[in-house]
Amino acid sequence: MIIADRKSLAEIQDMIKAYKKILLVGCKGCVTVCNVGGAKEVGILAASLKIARKKDGNPIEIDEKTLERQCDPEYVEQIRDVYDQYDAVLSMACGVGPQFLSEAYPGQKFLPAVDTKFFGGAVQHGIWEERCAGCGTCVIHYYDGLCPIARCSKSIQHGPCGGSADGKCEIAKDVECIWDTIVKKKIEQGRLEDLRVIRAPKNWTTARDGGPRKSIREELVQ
Amino acid sequence: MSNNGLKSGSNLEKVLKAGHFAFTGECGPPKGANVEHLKEKFEHLRGVVDAVNVTDNQTAVVRMSSAAASAIMVANGIEPNFQMVCRDRNRLAIMADVLGVYALGIKNMLCLSGDHQKFGNHPQSKNVFDIDSMQLIALVKKMRDEGKFLNEDDIDVPPKMFIGAASNPFGDPHEYRIYRLANKIDAGADFIQTQCIYNMPRFREFMKKAVDMGLTEKTYLLAGVTPMKSARMAQYMAKMVPGMDVPEELIERLKGAGKGNQAEEGIKFAIEQIEEFKEMEGVAGVHLMAIEWEHKVPEIAERAKVLPRPQVD
Repeated sequence: MIIADRKSLAEIQDMIKAYKKILLVGCKGCVTVCNVGGAKEVGILAASLKIARKKDGNPIEIDEKTLERQCDPEYVEQIRDVYDQYDAVLSMACGVGPQFLSEAYPGQKFLPAVDTKFFGGAVQHGIWEERCAGCGTCVIHYYDGLCPIARCSKSIQHGPCGGSADGKCEIAKDVECIWDTIVKKKIEQGRLEDLRVIRAPKNWTTARDGGPRKSIREELVQ
Repeated sequence: MSNNGLKSGSNLEKVLKAGHFAFTGECGPPKGANVEHLKEKFEHLRGVVDAVNVTDNQTAVVRMSSAAASAIMVANGIEPNFQMVCRDRNRLAIMADVLGVYALGIKNMLCLSGDHQKFGNHPQSKNVFDIDSMQLIALVKKMRDEGKFLNEDDIDVPPKMFIGAASNPFGDPHEYRIYRLANKIDAGADFIQTQCIYNMPRFREFMKKAVDMGLTEKTYLLAGVTPMKSARMAQYMAKMVPGMDVPEELIERLKGAGKGNQAEEGIKFAIEQIEEFKEMEGVAGVHLMAIEWEHKVPEIAERAKVLPRPQVD
């Protein structure tokens, strides 16, 4: 899923400083699962912003709404009746949300309350890690299900580089060297020969390098 | 291959092909456009080494480009070994730079992935890593031997480079390092320069494997030597440089030399290493990386008895 972190209160306050009445919109998708932008977090952020503004002698009115998903036009419709009653709309969804809202309601201003980080999952309660770079051409079958594109700091296809030490990446001691893990797994399974291959340079046209991407499923297009 | 049987015709290639024990040095370009400073550094190496490695934004710190510094060396009659990292350029820039430096008279290049920019002085930058060092080696070989770009288009005058690669015998996972070296040789590395060696027993073991696997028949391996200036430098390298193996005995030996004598003890150790490498099976030469100590190279070369450097036509 998509992992996000909430922006600091100060940054959000600065973003909305000119407004007196805003709508704060959460999302029941990924950001609810990673505890950053669901109904609960919408409530907490709204209360915090209101308290801060009240303290400054400049109170703000904030209405709350949490959509099924902000990345789906059907659910984006859920604010059709109210969107123009606010100075601005603050979204707690990933970066997709405010954009779908913006496209649906060109007359309104939409602001992000979170920083969208990566595709990953929770490795333990409260800790999420990146697993996929969304490069558009999955190659993890070469590496026994582990991805060096997303998880090697240099995305190299022939690791580990000279900076790998004790299973850690050269950039920081708390970063796993995924190539160390890949190699050890191959050695344990007696398949080191799998790594005695020089791979062709990756074709990045399916990644973001090929320009904004689109996926068309003909059978579903009406 | 050129008609004289050489791949590039560089001095380094000729020295190695003739069976001489090669001796290469290193020069980091200045943090600025100070050509006089650059010249002062590389003049110490004139006649003392077979080629001079010119580092490419080493440790991700911005300096004069390795291409420009290498070209200045060529213009001054010193042979560079142009280093190129994959961190700062995509395949278009890589191929353009390979052609460019060859056009400027550069005939050796060392293909590297590059230190992550997080270490450097612009950690906010975006890295590239369009290809990695393995693919860079294969790409330069393709350009040279097939006369083709990566997209199979013909190159009008292919760059005849002597292709180098790096190897860290002390990186982890330890048992895999020899296979990564084998991959680099398969990709097309004509010569290898290793990471700084301090743990001699581990390096002997590594070389034995390399010889047993027949790797040293397929490439020229130059052992990396960086003289320690002090016990503090040794401690710093042991702790802070990932993939570096500095044994405790060496640190103790430097400390034992006492204040004022540690640099001399570091040089002594380096000379002992060079003497051993001359005799070690599979080692074709030494790559001396005297970091910000270029002026010491003539003395080290003299005392290690690698002078005069061979002249091969």
